[in-house]
Amino acid sequence: MIELTINGNTSEYEEGSSLFECIQSAGIQIPTLCYHKALSPYGACRLCLVEVQPEGRNPSIQASCSYPASDGLVVQTDSERVKRARRIVAELLLARCPDSEVIQRIAHEHGVEEPRIKKKNDDCIYCGLCERICHERMGRVAVGFSGRGPRKTIEPPFGKHNAMCWSCGACNFVCPVGRKVSDLTSANALIPLPNTYNMGLDQKPAIHIMYPQAVPNTPAIDKDSCVHLNYEGCKICQEMCEADAIDYDQTEETVELAVGAIILSPGFELFDPTAEEKLGYGVYPNVITSLEFERILSASGPFSGKVLRPFDLTTPKRIAFLQCVGSRDHERDYCSAVCCMYATKEAIIAKEHVGEDLDCDIFFMDMRAFSKGFDEYYQRAKDSGVNYIRCRIPVIEEITDTKNLLITYLTENDRKVSSEYDLVVLSVGMLPPKSASDLAEKLGIDLNEFNFCRTSLFRPVTSNREGIFVSGPFTEPKDIPETVMQASGAAANVLSLLKDARGSLIAPKEYPAELNVEGQEPRIGVFICHCGTNIAGVVNVPEVVEYTRTLPDVVFVDNNLYTCSNDTQELIKEKIKEHNLNRVVVASCTPRTHEPLFRSTIREAGLNPYLFEMANIRDQCSWVHMHQPERATEKSKDLVRMAVAKAKLLEPLQTRSIPVNKSALVIGGGLSGMTSAIEIAEQGFEVHLVEKEQELGGNLRRIQYMLNGEKPQDELKELAEKVKSADKINLYTGAQIESIEGSVGNFKTKLSNNGESKEVEHGVVIVATGAKEYIPQEYLYGQDERVLTQIELEQRLIQNGDWTSTAAKDNPKTVVMIQCVGSRDDERPYCSRICCTESVKNALKIKEKSPDTRVYILYRDVRTYGFREKYYSEAREKDIVFIRYDEESKPKVSANGEELVVEVLDQTLGISIELAADLLILSAGIVPSEGNEAIAQFLKVPLDSNGFFLEAHMKLRPIDFATDGVFLCGLAHFSKAVEESIIQAQAASSRAATILSKDSIELEATISEVIDANCDGCAYCIEPCPYNALTLIEYMRNGVVKKTVQANESACKGCGCCQATCPKQGIIIRGFKLDQITAQVNAALGAA
Amino acid sequence: MSEEFEPKIIAFCCNWCSYAGADLAGVSRLQYPPNIRIIRVMCSGMVHPNLVIEALTKGIDGVIMCGCHPGDCHYIEGNLKAESRAEAIELMLEDFGLEEERFRLEWISASEGPQFAQVMKEMVDTIKELGPSPY
Repeated sequence: MIELTINGNTSEYEEGSSLFECIQSAGIQIPTLCYHKALSPYGACRLCLVEVQPEGRNPSIQASCSYPASDGLVVQTDSERVKRARRIVAELLLARCPDSEVIQRIAHEHGVEEPRIKKKNDDCIYCGLCERICHERMGRVAVGFSGRGPRKTIEPPFGKHNAMCWSCGACNFVCPVGRKVSDLTSANALIPLPNTYNMGLDQKPAIHIMYPQAVPNTPAIDKDSCVHLNYEGCKICQEMCEADAIDYDQTEETVELAVGAIILSPGFELFDPTAEEKLGYGVYPNVITSLEFERILSASGPFSGKVLRPFDLTTPKRIAFLQCVGSRDHERDYCSAVCCMYATKEAIIAKEHVGEDLDCDIFFMDMRAFSKGFDEYYQRAKDSGVNYIRCRIPVIEEITDTKNLLITYLTENDRKVSSEYDLVVLSVGMLPPKSASDLAEKLGIDLNEFNFCRTSLFRPVTSNREGIFVSGPFTEPKDIPETVMQASGAAANVLSLLKDARGSLIAPKEYPAELNVEGQEPRIGVFICHCGTNIAGVVNVPEVVEYTRTLPDVVFVDNNLYTCSNDTQELIKEKIKEHNLNRVVVASCTPRTHEPLFRSTIREAGLNPYLFEMANIRDQCSWVHMHQPERATEKSKDLVRMAVAKAKLLEPLQTRSIPVNKSALVIGGGLSGMTSAIEIAEQGFEVHLVEKEQELGGNLRRIQYMLNGEKPQDELKELAEKVKSADKINLYTGAQIESIEGSVGNFKTKLSNNGESKEVEHGVVIVATGAKEYIPQEYLYGQDERVLTQIELEQRLIQNGDWTSTAAKDNPKTVVMIQCVGSRDDERPYCSRICCTESVKNALKIKEKSPDTRVYILYRDVRTYGFREKYYSEAREKDIVFIRYDEESKPKVSANGEELVVEVLDQTLGISIELAADLLILSAGIVPSEGNEAIAQFLKVPLDSNGFFLEAHMKLRPIDFATDGVFLCGLAHFSKAVEESIIQAQAASSRAATILSKDSIELEATISEVIDANCDGCAYCIEPCPYNALTLIEYMRNGVVKKTVQANESACKGCGCCQATCPKQGIIIRGFKLDQITAQVNAALGAA
Repeated sequence: MSEEFEPKIIAFCCNWCSYAGADLAGVSRLQYPPNIRIIRVMCSGMVHPNLVIEALTKGIDGVIMCGCHPGDCHYIEGNLKAESRAEAIELMLEDFGLEEERFRLEWISASEGPQFAQVMKEMVDTIKELGPSPY
């Protein structure tokens, strides 16, 4: 070690360092343009000038990067002489490169706005970084200096493009003034690494983090483009990484695992529209895919959320979306099920980003808004000006000079129309994953005709091979909620199969007994992290350390290169013991990623984990104030002071745990309820299954056949048998729920079972109350016996004899079906999802029984999503006639003597058609159960505006309620097909198992607490609580009635809406108490 | 030149969205002025109006409250509670003789690093224009 005195402070430094490195390690920032840690010093830019005085000699101005540090040097980095010298350097640089923004900024920082000498308009400052990186790190000499004095220039050998250059781009990367040096050395374009996350719309370096939210959030090297892995040069990232985390020797490993079950979720492949030449994708730059547009709209996308077209980065004024690209065609006779809604969403978001004036036209065949809330969303899109154009497949041409696109299409009534657009978005469909065939071969599973995994309707998450389960779009194109449900459903099957092995791989962590800190004065230890140079490169950490020592109650301060490293955890534990610390503050990165680690560390030292606080001086300070080191240092001091102020007031908190009653209540004995009950029982838990009717089965009892030939009544029989014979299922038919009390882990339910009262205890609830067919009030239903609903028709079609109307004895000549009866209207604005498929199913059955019967289906949109599409195609092939009507002109039905007449305005032909029907079939929608409201009140869970149960999150938590321990499945959630009900029911059982498999539930510690002394029972807090966790109670205190609020600890999630509502601090959130936050506010103002 | 006024602004950020958005601004190295002091709360619905008023009357120059976008709240609708409280706060500002621009409510999601940086820049500019808190 050597001793240097820098700006009056004498310290020890590493021998062999340059002066520049010593100054940096002292936390002092000095400017430089030509220094690079990985390269030899060159002393070219002269910005790092300092005043150096060797012992016994006069001080002189030297470039610190090329001046070796030696013992006893006295250095000044900011004397007047240094500043003057640097100002002259900055002025010279500005005169040479007046257009460089970097140089302008440096000149400005040195007080130079305009050079006094003649400007040269050069684009090079001759720092030699490009030459050094090429030669020293890449082992090449593709660029270097030539000429001398004023003729000195940067050139490739012989001034020509040459084979020496690998087109690695390192020269461009290091150039401080942003010159594209590689243009000199090679004609080859750099091989940029397309950022696959942003669909190749921007580039990423050879070492990168996949995307901002990637898990794990660590960088990886792209082995195909890394210079080191391909040519053995470079290795710069290894040198720069102070944590020593770069390992070039890592190779792919083959790992062998012994498992009891496999879940396949390989996802889907996006259709590549280059295959459809007429669309011009890949040829016309302003034709992009919907996923590319999705990334363009994203804040973390290539243009930071600005809506720009990729060709010229201008904001489009007119966007066209083309639906069904790669779906519903000859090759792929299925619907991708998600494109209608994502196009609608993208159009709405684009309008939000660009403004009302943006025109969004969506060219489509049928708008398939069939899921919960989708039709309402579609309506909203129309109201906000998104334009839907129903047409045959349009033709795209490019307009050469503007690169705009001309779309020509035939309207429904065969009129030819052309419109010009700035951008065309192709709504590309889902293909099976590329790996499908390979997986099928290796694992011995069956694929269907489209190469998706084959499953059956009644076993929708199982492959044909035992123990192999499937989920996600691998089985059929589907949206996020359906994918989430199916994944949970697959998990349920595995839980049943492997129930004996449950928990066998878990080793609980042991902690020492907790120290009692009650009544102790705060003794705070503060650990301040350098995070390599991430923090210390901007914030003056030693200064923050010194400042922190002055704060009251702080008894120990340390700084660490990486506070999160393993050895620092040991150090923290040591220091807690050595200094009797009873609070710990870490100033480093974000508590969102690192608080659990540090809490665990202090717990290992015997401290309560809640006696910990963090100051975020990296993500929210050094990284966002990189050019303002002094102010970042001041801010860091403030942030540490605020954290210390809160730490002082922290209290030890205990996580309370409550025992779990390991049984479930399933409400509803239809397909969903029975499936859930069986799955839970098979996982080894007890079930109470409550059905209001005398018989099990619900709606399934009336489903007689399936499109693919599976036999629902056989399945029903088998299910009911299983339910009745299962030891673990207690079945209550003809039973009503009288009340439900309690919360997750411990519910108590009163039943009346055929007049008998009964009480059951259980840990979870599954709501499977189902729904029912709408009873039509229109189209002569109930007045004319020839008018039936689809379900009624289905019952008749299964009888072998007479399925016709009672009056006629021959097979009917004409059957007319009307879609959307009781759906998609003002009263019920939702689509009932299953009726289109149901009518196709029954129409095909009619054709099977009586090929000569003419079947007309009057529809608004045919919503045969997913693989149901092929049956729609089959129906058209069998001459079933589809006639589209509009909501504004609904069909009219009249009984004209013997004849039943249906009059409809055909939207395609534009004329009114009269059909004489022997049978009129109404596709009546699905309406929620009447009992839903009572159940919702018992469980304190919400219903949506249509009366279905409202899940915790429409996309990500489709089976859960916001209330813990209560789950949802089947038609109670929303109308759905048989296989979808089974999936959701299985999913609900695996969600239930997350609670039932535990002996006790740990409750969150940072939750509400009523301060009885402050609470006067005003009850203001009760309504704002999103979890209904608060109740007003009365009790006798000192002979008078005292009103107060009681918090249900197992329902409270700690959001703090109560705390913010209380005028008297009568209710607080532990760990975020008002006085703790106030202390942070005061500390922000400077109070220690 | 006299020293430029550098306001001190407190940002209450909810743990799930806007605090994460602030972190993402950092990860993306998006620069914004160092006048903001972030206080992490679990939900924007946790911020008591008194905290805002107290901060502003003790000399903090501006307060910004950030939560999840409507519909994205981790606690169902704590952010909507915050929104209705914000209206009350605005009324209180008037009573205390404070300009309404000194308080602002913003929805910032975990993926909106650029928005976070932008909103903070705007807030600092606004407060610089207003000048120091009268308190």
